[in-house]
Amino acid sequence: MKFVFDEFKEGMAIAFAAIRANKMRSVLTTLGIVIGIVSVTLMGTAIEGLNRAFNKSIAALGTDVLYVQKWPWGDHGDDWWKLKNRKDIRIQQSKDLEKNSEYAKAINPATAAIRNVKYGQKLVENVVVVGTGAYLLETSGSTVAFGRFFTQLEAEGGRPVCAIGSEVAANLFPNENPIGKVIKIGGYAFRVLGVFDKQGSFLGLESLDNRVYVPINRFFQEFMSFRSGIQIMVKAKSVETLDDTKEEVRGILRKSRGLNPKDEDDFAINQQEMLVQTFNQIGGVIAMVGLFITGMSLFVGGIGIMNIMFVSVTERTKEIGIRKAIGAPRRTILLQFLMESAALCLIGGIIGIIIAFPLSLIIDTVLPTAMPLSVVAIALLVSVFVGVLSGFLPAYRASRLNPVDALRYE
Amino acid sequence: MSTIIKFTNIAKIYQVGEEQVHALDGVSMQIQKNEYVAIMGPSGSGKSTMMNIVGCLDTPTSGLYELNGTNVSDMNDNQLAKVRNKEIGFVFQTFNLLARSDVLHNVELPLIYGGVGSAERKKLARAAIERVGLTDRIHHKPNELSGGQRQRVSIARALVTQPSILLADEPTGNLDTKTGDEIMMLFDILHKEGNTIILVTHEDDIALHAHRRIRLRDGKMEVDEPIKNRKIITRPTTVIA
Ligand SMILES: Nc1ncnc2c1ncn2[C@@H]1O[C@H](COP(=O)(O)OP(=O)(O)OP(=O)(O)O)[C@@H](O)[C@H]1O
Ligand SMILES: [Mg+2]
Repeated sequence: MKFVFDEFKEGMAIAFAAIRANKMRSVLTTLGIVIGIVSVTLMGTAIEGLNRAFNKSIAALGTDVLYVQKWPWGDHGDDWWKLKNRKDIRIQQSKDLEKNSEYAKAINPATAAIRNVKYGQKLVENVVVVGTGAYLLETSGSTVAFGRFFTQLEAEGGRPVCAIGSEVAANLFPNENPIGKVIKIGGYAFRVLGVFDKQGSFLGLESLDNRVYVPINRFFQEFMSFRSGIQIMVKAKSVETLDDTKEEVRGILRKSRGLNPKDEDDFAINQQEMLVQTFNQIGGVIAMVGLFITGMSLFVGGIGIMNIMFVSVTERTKEIGIRKAIGAPRRTILLQFLMESAALCLIGGIIGIIIAFPLSLIIDTVLPTAMPLSVVAIALLVSVFVGVLSGFLPAYRASRLNPVDALRYE
Repeated sequence: MSTIIKFTNIAKIYQVGEEQVHALDGVSMQIQKNEYVAIMGPSGSGKSTMMNIVGCLDTPTSGLYELNGTNVSDMNDNQLAKVRNKEIGFVFQTFNLLARSDVLHNVELPLIYGGVGSAERKKLARAAIERVGLTDRIHHKPNELSGGQRQRVSIARALVTQPSILLADEPTGNLDTKTGDEIMMLFDILHKEGNTIILVTHEDDIALHAHRRIRLRDGKMEVDEPIKNRKIITRPTTVIA
């Protein structure tokens, strides 16, 4: 054991002496590894950013909320036509759920249309008008900034009241308090009760703030027939009872939709997890392709190291001969050169991370992220691994040199 | 007297293109403990080849080589490395020191490969350096030393493991006469202390330090005789730098 340690120490000393003796060359060779590590770590950071963006968006959906819809989330495959021919989810099913569910903490039907919204001379076009029950706040991540949301009574009665998204509020009421004002949604008058907090966009696509929310019963009078399709959000009492809730909801809906025991479900009960799965698939592919491409530059860097290690072995043939002549076994020579190339690559890796870190802060301004510690650790491990791998062939060749021939080398 | 080296019909054949070069052509001989042998012969006669085989740096094409009673001819690379480390001390004409390491480290190196612990190693290395009178140069690099001093470092390195034999292939070949004499004096002392020494040289003067002379010609032993009128240097044991 002690022997191995001394040998290791000796190998380390030789490695760094060799690197120091050829500073310029070492720096240039390391450059390949530096570039490789920079691109790989930045790719890792960007992937981390994508994950974070997704997780932030997905959190709004809530882990304990079920979405009863006609379409399942994710891949539809060949079933598109079958799915399209399903009966819509109706408001009646929401009522049946409310009446019969014991596991649900809150149930909220919702549907949407696009309309223009006006206040006086100010106009906002193409606003998403959401018709919803009174339990929107309970079943979604939305929160009211000021004013209030409509009550169960107002919702049931289909009162002409609304709550508006922060973007709509900013556009219609730049210098006024919107509470109590009457706005025109698709030509119909609604009184503003409250303004939502800013929510940003879902997966960076659709703004969640360019919306207005009205009681779903009013919505059916003004914008759409009550027979049109809706979705129902069901919040479970806890994440632990989510599966039970799901089973219960399924049973109630099957009955409500008049399905025979042999019939397949003609509705989907979606949950956050399904999106996560889909994302993980897509994200996994993106990550793999990205890391593969950037990994190529690391590979090229590794070839550079291998090349220079061959040069190093050739240059030091005589030294190898001397060491072998006084009793260095093959293993020692092998180890010596492996450590040299591993040290070269490790230095490259460290420089790479030092360069990549400020660059990751630039990425952070576009896509909120941080260089994950795991990426740093993996990058260092990988660079050592690349060093060992690309140093192996030259080191092996060195270890096999015949001492007489090596000594005679000029 | 115990036999340290036993060659039985040793041959070394190099294939150069179509031609076969018989560098050694059936050499048989024995060398006993504490012998002092000079190997002579014209250039290309196979002296270095013989030394390299004795020193386990090279393996014979055919024949049997026993070192301290063990057959070395069919040992593998790593076993040979161990033999070189423990049994052989090699002194080269061109010193063959590690240029980037100081004197101490150069002398320590065989002990590192031999698995000697750090404290013990330093002690032995310092002792060997003192033997060759270089204690005041212990942290110098080879390029800061004279030729004679470098050769003494390589002798210290050869001695430090207390090997069975000291091999020196033209150790004075790169030195002037006076420095060469100093090195030879060192060998004489080492011999007197019980070491077995084999020495390759072109110069009769140098050969006169030895007990026995082997003369090679075209890879064959031509002469193997005791040396009568030995040149004996009687001087105190510590060498003058
Ligand atoms: N690697 C080799 N390949 C081919 N031939 C070789 C090789 N090494 C030595 N020889 C040949 O073997 C013969 C003996 O060489 P060796 O080096 O033993 O001579 P030497 O007696 O030491 O000569 P010198 O006094 O010049 O050092 C020479 O003819 C030489 O050309
Ligand atoms: Mg020679």
